[in-house]
Amino acid sequence: MRLKRITSAVALSLAAASLAACGGGDEGSGSGDDVTLTYWASNQGTSLENDMEVLQPQLDAFTEETGIEVDVEVVPWSDLLNRILAATASGEGPDVLNIGNTWSASLQATGALKQFDDATMEQIGGADRFLSGSLSATGAEGQPPTAVPLYSLAYGLYYNKAMFAEAGITEPPATWAQFVEDAKKLTTGDRWGVSIEGGSVSENIHNVFTFSEQQGGSFFDEDGEPTFDTPENVAAIKQYVDLIQTDEVANPSNAEYSNGTEALADFANGKSAMVMWQAAAGSLAELGMAAEDIGVAPVPVLDPLPAGGEDVTSIVAGINLAVFENTEHEEEALQFVEFMTSTDTQIALNKTYGSLPSVEDAYTDPAFQTEAVETFKDVLSNRAAPMPAVPEESQFETLIGTAVKNMLAEAASGTTVTEDAISEQLAAAQQQLGG
Amino acid sequence: MITANPAPEAGPEARTGSTPVRAAPRRRRKRQWLPYLLLLPVLLAELLIHIIPMLIGVGMSFLQLTQFYIRNWTAAPGAGLDNYRFVLQFDEASGKALLHSFWTTVVFTVLVLALSWALAMLAAIWTQHAFRGRGLVRTAFLVPYALPVFASVITWSFMLQRDNGMVNHVLVDQLGLLDERPFWLIGDNSFYALIVVEVWRLWPFAFLALTAGMSSIPAEQYEAAAIDGAGVLRQVRWVTLPNLQPVNQVLLLVLFLWTFNEFTVPYTFFGRSAPEQADLISMHIYQNSFVTWNFGTGSAMSVLLLLFLLVVTAVYLLLTNRRRSADA
Repeated sequence: MRLKRITSAVALSLAAASLAACGGGDEGSGSGDDVTLTYWASNQGTSLENDMEVLQPQLDAFTEETGIEVDVEVVPWSDLLNRILAATASGEGPDVLNIGNTWSASLQATGALKQFDDATMEQIGGADRFLSGSLSATGAEGQPPTAVPLYSLAYGLYYNKAMFAEAGITEPPATWAQFVEDAKKLTTGDRWGVSIEGGSVSENIHNVFTFSEQQGGSFFDEDGEPTFDTPENVAAIKQYVDLIQTDEVANPSNAEYSNGTEALADFANGKSAMVMWQAAAGSLAELGMAAEDIGVAPVPVLDPLPAGGEDVTSIVAGINLAVFENTEHEEEALQFVEFMTSTDTQIALNKTYGSLPSVEDAYTDPAFQTEAVETFKDVLSNRAAPMPAVPEESQFETLIGTAVKNMLAEAASGTTVTEDAISEQLAAAQQQLGG
Repeated sequence: MITANPAPEAGPEARTGSTPVRAAPRRRRKRQWLPYLLLLPVLLAELLIHIIPMLIGVGMSFLQLTQFYIRNWTAAPGAGLDNYRFVLQFDEASGKALLHSFWTTVVFTVLVLALSWALAMLAAIWTQHAFRGRGLVRTAFLVPYALPVFASVITWSFMLQRDNGMVNHVLVDQLGLLDERPFWLIGDNSFYALIVVEVWRLWPFAFLALTAGMSSIPAEQYEAAAIDGAGVLRQVRWVTLPNLQPVNQVLLLVLFLWTFNEFTVPYTFFGRSAPEQADLISMHIYQNSFVTWNFGTGSAMSVLLLLFLLVVTAVYLLLTNRRRSADA
């Protein structure tokens, strides 16, 4: 029965593959006489190639200045967290890396990132160089940060000025009621009032978090215990889902938009009149939208605010720069961090990406004295809240973001999403967090 | 990689006497260590690639392995059976979700298996006898299997987009079969869309295996059947299928295990969170380990999956082997 044995062996090894899939590492850092740093950059430009083009001149300048080579790899957002986790588990990773600032507390808890204690902060030029809003999203409160802000971002409401004029709307909406009303006016034929990236876990959670702040809700209490299923959070999600469900101002197809560019592309191509997005001037220009048509205002707020509601129009968004704890080139890595957060580099990179500098000094550049930048800077300084700085932040984003994605999908396919259903989903998400 | 060899290897002596049995000249019992020596690298690789990670996975399932400990697994506190208890509490959301995902995967696997095998069988029978352009047809059939998974599955997801996808364009705009544009990537349809993509991916392998199996069926048997007045259907029933039995036994098992464990296709198709209706077990486990950073529960689910697959495999082999020996 040779066949039987072959079959069994094949079966066993295939079955085993299901388990083996749970491991895996990634490439290590180079070494040699000349120090070469490995740098994982996040995707900030219109494509991975575009990022390489933007970063390379800066990296060359750094090499010229210090003699340290930098081997950069642009990692797409869909892979970045997985790559970091794999690197953390194996201890083999880059020297310097970009992280989404909302992951800071979660990654801090792993111990994979180097702590920026006071002495280290001094070494890269001092903590007071940075915008305080952005610095608030670099780790859990009361602990030394494990990253420094690199690119700062905030959500704003982009609107198409030409379409607004055509519909006889003179001002961008400041309140949510006004926003919905305007969006209804702007929804005609195959054009929609607003587009949302409804299949994207992170866009969903960012929007819902902002609305929850306005509703007076909270996803974690002061002790860091989850409080997902509250009337305020239900109202926040309802507010978002209703854009498709009852207000009918967003295309139901938005529910399947998931790669992080489609809603913006719809806005740029005139298929929608508004979009709530992080600083996107660069991408909109790339997509061929005329600059004079683009207006930007803070995301509308509930008026009057419910009890306990905050005047929050955005999360503190942005990208942080971190040093991997296992690096063999700590000194050089810190030199690189200092270079990337230096005024000149900050001006050059943020100008190209359309994001905001993370250091105060860079705002002296004329490029950051436009109306749009003023709007974003004001939001970031006064009307933005950091995502919960708890170790479970990533799980929270994934669980709630996925639940919202599924609810939007239901609304888009014609099933009514009731408040009870939302409450049930939130309770389920909280139970799954408990694992 | 599994090749389609087992069929001829299954032993010519098992078949009817129409082929002369090639008696291998019996060598003296010298150099018997050579085959084992040649097998050694494979055994080592097997140990390294499958057995050790498997054992580590089993070990992980008894640890409270969250992000606090992934840098240093040895520091992770023991969880005893807590992870298993957590995933198996079917009255709570986490257990319900796992159960739902399990049944989704069972139905998915059965449908994909049935469709892939039927399609492959039809195609293999069609191309069994030589005709002009047979090579071309066979090559064309193998294309889905040769394409990189990522590229082909991404293309499918573009084609199935609601507003700009080609499928809806054809169905709604050109043929006018439907009034409203259906969703394919979310909602109930996403399950069927995933089945179509998976069958498209998988059936060429079944086709390859069956074609190889059929090529070793002696032509005399068909001639004899034809003389006895058997038509195509009867020839398939009484000549092709019995001869293919050993191939089918392995093929179905392999397809079953592949499909049940399928990860790349749904992950590429849906991104990191699949719609509830198409939440296959491997995606579910991925969500519970990588995405929510809870490797302990993820491993516990994997171990349960492994046990399930081992039981199914064992029962399957027991049944099919008993039937074969009964047939003989």
